[in-house]
Amino acid sequence: MAYSEKLLDHYENPRNVGSLDKSDPHVGTGLVGAPACGDVMKLQIRVNDAGVIEDARFKTFGCGSAIASSSLATEWIKGMSVDQAMLVKNTQIVEELNLPPVKIHCSVLAEDAIKSAIADYKSKQASLHAAQHAPAAE
Amino acid sequence: MALKFPIYMDNNATTPMDPRVLETMLPFFTEHYGNAASRSHAYGWEAEKGVETAREQVGSSIGATGKEIVWTSGATESDNLAIKGAAHFYKDRGNHIITSQTEHKAVLDTCKRLEKEGFEVTYLATQADGRISAESVEQAMTDKTILVSIMLANNEVGVINPIAEIGERVKARKALFHVDAVQGHGRIPFDVEACKVDLASLTAHKLYGPKGVGALYVRRKPRIRLEAMIDGGGHERGMRSGTLNVPGIVGFGKAAALCTELMEQEAKKSFALRERLREGIQSRVTDTFINGSMEHRLPGNINISFAYIEGESLLMGLKDVAVSSGSACTSASLEPSYVLRALGVEEELAHTSIRFGIGRFNTEEEVDFVIDLVSRKVTKLRELSPLYEMVQEGIDLKSIQWAAH
Repeated sequence: MAYSEKLLDHYENPRNVGSLDKSDPHVGTGLVGAPACGDVMKLQIRVNDAGVIEDARFKTFGCGSAIASSSLATEWIKGMSVDQAMLVKNTQIVEELNLPPVKIHCSVLAEDAIKSAIADYKSKQASLHAAQHAPAAE
Repeated sequence: MALKFPIYMDNNATTPMDPRVLETMLPFFTEHYGNAASRSHAYGWEAEKGVETAREQVGSSIGATGKEIVWTSGATESDNLAIKGAAHFYKDRGNHIITSQTEHKAVLDTCKRLEKEGFEVTYLATQADGRISAESVEQAMTDKTILVSIMLANNEVGVINPIAEIGERVKARKALFHVDAVQGHGRIPFDVEACKVDLASLTAHKLYGPKGVGALYVRRKPRIRLEAMIDGGGHERGMRSGTLNVPGIVGFGKAAALCTELMEQEAKKSFALRERLREGIQSRVTDTFINGSMEHRLPGNINISFAYIEGESLLMGLKDVAVSSGSACTSASLEPSYVLRALGVEEELAHTSIRFGIGRFNTEEEVDFVIDLVSRKVTKLRELSPLYEMVQEGIDLKSIQWAAH
């Protein structure tokens, strides 16, 4: 597989590898893919009160393209607002890394991972607010 | 001695040419360049002599005579000629063919084509260790069975089939026995008489010989007949027309002769290096699985799955070693290896498999370098792996509902 220099760089020096505390209410965790398919991405974001993603981490089980796509995704969304991060498209990842056609699905999974992390964060925030605003139990 | 990169450990895919083989071939390009079928001059006679010497060398390397060797362009052609040739010639005796799920595509795709013509094909499942049992062959045979085709050794997992036992059962039921001997020939003893084989596919490029030349062994006692695929001149007793690849054939003969001569000591050496590699990796890396039988296996082959990481990403980290993987990502079709699947290897482990094929020219130094490189890269990829993280946390991966797309 002839990979672009940028892709190889992300593979050799992946950015933001690691984990954030799942139980932290400011952390959203996205887990997409399946081992049987050969691709699993875990992407986490920590969002501050202003709705800005101040930290992002990833772990990926997958080929070089999958690792690079998810590494790039975390690099991009750090500093973005949640709304901006929702707009990240897989086609941008394909272009940046010059993914061959047979590897485009890796970029789709990375986009899914971002959205999944945001969805998790939003649902945690929603339950938090619901709990805060719930009427006191009798 | 300085290591040369990438280190070649993919000898199940092909082998480098032995310099002695090349030396034997060279005069046949620019000095003895006659057409072996030219009966009227010395150039032709010299070429023919080279071919006939090679015929004896290849024949005796499998316990056959030179007269029973038909030259082809490679084992793929030999597989096609054997299976289609026998099926068509003997179709009045029956229409049932038996083969296995783990055969090379040259056999499987040929059988699929015959199915379209109306033949019935049974694709036998392997045991968990990857071997085809003689019992399963016997049970599948009917009075319509005309041909059984089982490989001597598998290219992906290196397991060796009980060919002699299978031959007994096939002969008892009077069907033809074809063996794709490509992976075992020259590496382990293979005798067509002892195994009751009627047809055997061979190739030069797995024996440190040139690519583009192979052979089909066709038994003469009793005489096996085939319908030829290629017409035009009647070469090779009418079974395969076409001007012979004289230099290639000469190389093939020399390669086969060398393998026969060196087989015992080479098997010992490959086995020792293979075990050094396996032990080295398994002592430094946890959660590894060997695919296929360890007991009945080609001496230089090992196929290892590394849990929780993916094969193509590992191969990218192993740029200094030439090996191959059963991962979907490395195949053009995105499907994991059908051989590993047939062995019952779970999909996620199939994705992480790496095949190492040690050969004549590998050294201890190379093996030690590879052990170190593989161990380091696997460790690094495990740090990146969400699956490994979950397992460390005590989560059972089988309990997770994956959101696959």
